[in-house]
Amino acid sequence: MAHPYLPHTEADIRAMLERIGVKTLDDLYADVPELCRKKGAYALPDAMSEQEIRDCFAALEAMNARLKVFVGQGAYDHYTPSVIPYLTQRSEFITAYTPYQCEISQGTLRYIFEYQSMICELTGMDVANASMYDGPTAAAEAMMMCTASVRKKNRVLLSGTLLPHVLKVVETYARFHGVDLTVIPAEGGVTPLEAVKAELARDDVAGVIVPSINRYGIVEDHAGFAEAVHSVKALLVEYCDPSALAVVKTPGEWDADIAVGDGQPLGLPLSYGGPYVGFMAVKKDHMRKMPGRIVGQTADKQGRRAFVLTLQAREQHIKREKATSNICSNESLMALWVTIYLSLMGPEGLREVNRISADGAHYLHDELLKTGKFEEVFPGKPFLKEFVLKPKEDAAALQARLQKAGYLAALPTEEGYVSFCVTEKRTKEETDRLVAAVKEG
Amino acid sequence: MKYYDKLIFELSREGRCGYSLPINHFPAAPELPLQLRRSVSLRLPEVSEPEVVRHYNNLSQMNFGVDTGFYPLGSCTMKYNPKINEEVAAMPGFAAIHPLTPDGAVPGVRKVYEQMNTALAEITGMHTFTFDPCAGAHGELTGLMLIRTYHMRRGDMARTRIIVPDSAHGTNPASAAVCGLEVVEVKSLANGRIDVEALKPLLDETVAGIMMTNPNTLGLFETQILEIAELVHGVGGLLYYDGANMNPMLGVVRPGDMGFDVMHLNLHKTFSTPHGGGGPGSGPVGMTAAVAEGLPEIKVSGFHGNFGVILRAYAYILSIGREHLREVGQYSVLGANYIKECLKDMYRLPIEGVCKHEFVFDGLVNDGAHDDVPGATTLDVAKRLLDYGYHAPTIYFPLLFHQALMIEPTETESKETIDAFIAVMRKIAEEAAADPMILHDAPHNAPISRPDETAAARNPVLKFWDTL
Repeated sequence: MAHPYLPHTEADIRAMLERIGVKTLDDLYADVPELCRKKGAYALPDAMSEQEIRDCFAALEAMNARLKVFVGQGAYDHYTPSVIPYLTQRSEFITAYTPYQCEISQGTLRYIFEYQSMICELTGMDVANASMYDGPTAAAEAMMMCTASVRKKNRVLLSGTLLPHVLKVVETYARFHGVDLTVIPAEGGVTPLEAVKAELARDDVAGVIVPSINRYGIVEDHAGFAEAVHSVKALLVEYCDPSALAVVKTPGEWDADIAVGDGQPLGLPLSYGGPYVGFMAVKKDHMRKMPGRIVGQTADKQGRRAFVLTLQAREQHIKREKATSNICSNESLMALWVTIYLSLMGPEGLREVNRISADGAHYLHDELLKTGKFEEVFPGKPFLKEFVLKPKEDAAALQARLQKAGYLAALPTEEGYVSFCVTEKRTKEETDRLVAAVKEG
Repeated sequence: MKYYDKLIFELSREGRCGYSLPINHFPAAPELPLQLRRSVSLRLPEVSEPEVVRHYNNLSQMNFGVDTGFYPLGSCTMKYNPKINEEVAAMPGFAAIHPLTPDGAVPGVRKVYEQMNTALAEITGMHTFTFDPCAGAHGELTGLMLIRTYHMRRGDMARTRIIVPDSAHGTNPASAAVCGLEVVEVKSLANGRIDVEALKPLLDETVAGIMMTNPNTLGLFETQILEIAELVHGVGGLLYYDGANMNPMLGVVRPGDMGFDVMHLNLHKTFSTPHGGGGPGSGPVGMTAAVAEGLPEIKVSGFHGNFGVILRAYAYILSIGREHLREVGQYSVLGANYIKECLKDMYRLPIEGVCKHEFVFDGLVNDGAHDDVPGATTLDVAKRLLDYGYHAPTIYFPLLFHQALMIEPTETESKETIDAFIAVMRKIAEEAAADPMILHDAPHNAPISRPDETAAARNPVLKFWDTL
């Protein structure tokens, strides 16, 4: 029976085999040793019709609880304008290949150029690349950039206040890439400058990675960090929430060398963790050490504005084992997603998203404290949409209880706290109901 | 396709907006301390919704995609991207799930991973898969980490070298370097296969393994694979399979049965998920039971990999099913051999014989060079194809030939499409012989002509404000 994705008729197959000069399709595999071939039938499901596929996934989908999300920790439930999925589904965008043939890829190249511009603007940096896989891998690439850029120094300091999933990925990369990592333990919920300085004094540090907003939701004060890091010729890397950069001090203002993070808060669906989009932006001096693709402007033979992949001598298809990174495919379509999001929101929309989220989070924070079921962990520390509290009851039991009531909230942390987050998608009524559910236990 | 010259920033007017947000019913939170606030301006575009929609529609019309036309793109398996896959990935019961939701609340999500794992293990002959890697190169890196972990867990610390054939994808040596391995290149024979005699002296107890793709990047099956597997295993090394070329093997040969221990698949190639203009991909890594013991020591992406891509690939597997898997592999091989036979009188075929899903020409037989006129190059052929409504093949790769032109049709192209492509390739060869300048100046009908790439690199203009 014919399959809708396979246009070959029997007559086509016969004619093609004849032109090739073989008798059967199996003859095309004559060079494959008998021992390599699969014996017997594959134990796979029977082919499904489209209707059966839809039903099958509808049944799987229905098994998942639809919880109201009051948790962040690296993935934030911000609103997605309907324009974005509509436009990103356009065949010419989604079914396009990597823009190596620039003359017929100007659409992709232009939106990447716009994306790079927007990431530079948010971070206050000079040059952004076309995207990385996600925030944690962007941080890992930044770590490798530090040791590649700073001669004969092989140690990178990681703040212990970075999100847990960022630490895990960076630690994995470091172990294999041969980078010495030192995790600086948090003090009072933030990265302690004095501890960083003490490590820098050993004069073997190539880079320091700190979060702009950390795992406790606290907005860190990095005054004095760049000066200390640069005094030993190391690089300062800021890990940021790009949405929050509309209101918090930028890596550029902190005088960081590299800014990385995850673009997910810029309107990407949660989608159980991916696809997201990592971003990286750097000061101009570090441009040629940057991983990944970069789009630049030039002109065609008629002098018309044109866009191309540029500075490719850094990349794996040219430099092979001497490349700055192994990244090839990135998250291009998700970069388009981010670009359209930022085009729609503009500066005021992004500030408004931050305002509603922060107002909601502070309201929840205060209402939760009023229940008497929590203790403050970091009183007075500034936060926006995310915060932690110490529950008086067992953290896991609290989470389970709220889950039963229909909420993903009070995510237990390694430290025994619980983490909450509020975005502009959560209404005051929903927030009040969550507080009521907390009280009921 | 038509030329359109705006950037979104150029449409911006102060006071316009493209969003609507609900009224804020929360009491005002305290302001951030001044020293933590952004004090520089935020020059994002201010554009209305209809302007945004029209701008990106206009941009899309300067793009070529699988839904627009044929991609004979070697090494990249640009097959049709089924639309039901998109519908599935957008279902809110998947798209709205937070990645830190406990497993117990999302049994449907976990089932997708389990069933994909079972299906991919059966298709490849591997024991189990990790879905964390977000692309092919990311899978390679993960696989190499697993190989190193396998050796280290056995106390075998000296294995720091990895063997990579000279025909390998550029990502192979780059991934090895990121993983802290020393790359040792092994040469290919004149017949395009690995030189087994050259391999033998490279093998000792410092070898972590070998990275191969089979069929290789010339589209040729490594006929001595069983012997290579025995040799590498003989010195304690492992075999890594680069799954970029898995498509022709579907339903016929499994990497596990060829002796491979670790491999990745490109779901955005073999399993029909869209390439998205360069991603998102997904590069799940398969492995033997022995290698899988090291899996808990490795975390290569933030959460659970690109779940949205995994969903699409699973929908594809359910559509193809047991019945059609073999047809996918066979028809991809049929198309490639047919094109090769129909063009080899006009394009130089360096290695004769049956290929798999792709093959490589080494430029034109008659490039039209005469007097002071240089002959048409592979780049010229590629650019001329754009004029005729085709994407170009992969060019100047593999590095074994100076004028490499790598063609892969995939099984989703009809004989009519393939015949039309062949006719155009023959016409281009005739044009080259008659007047190579037509090719030198191509493309003539694309939204832009060839851009000045040297100027782009010499004077980098990398963001909007650099253009002012």
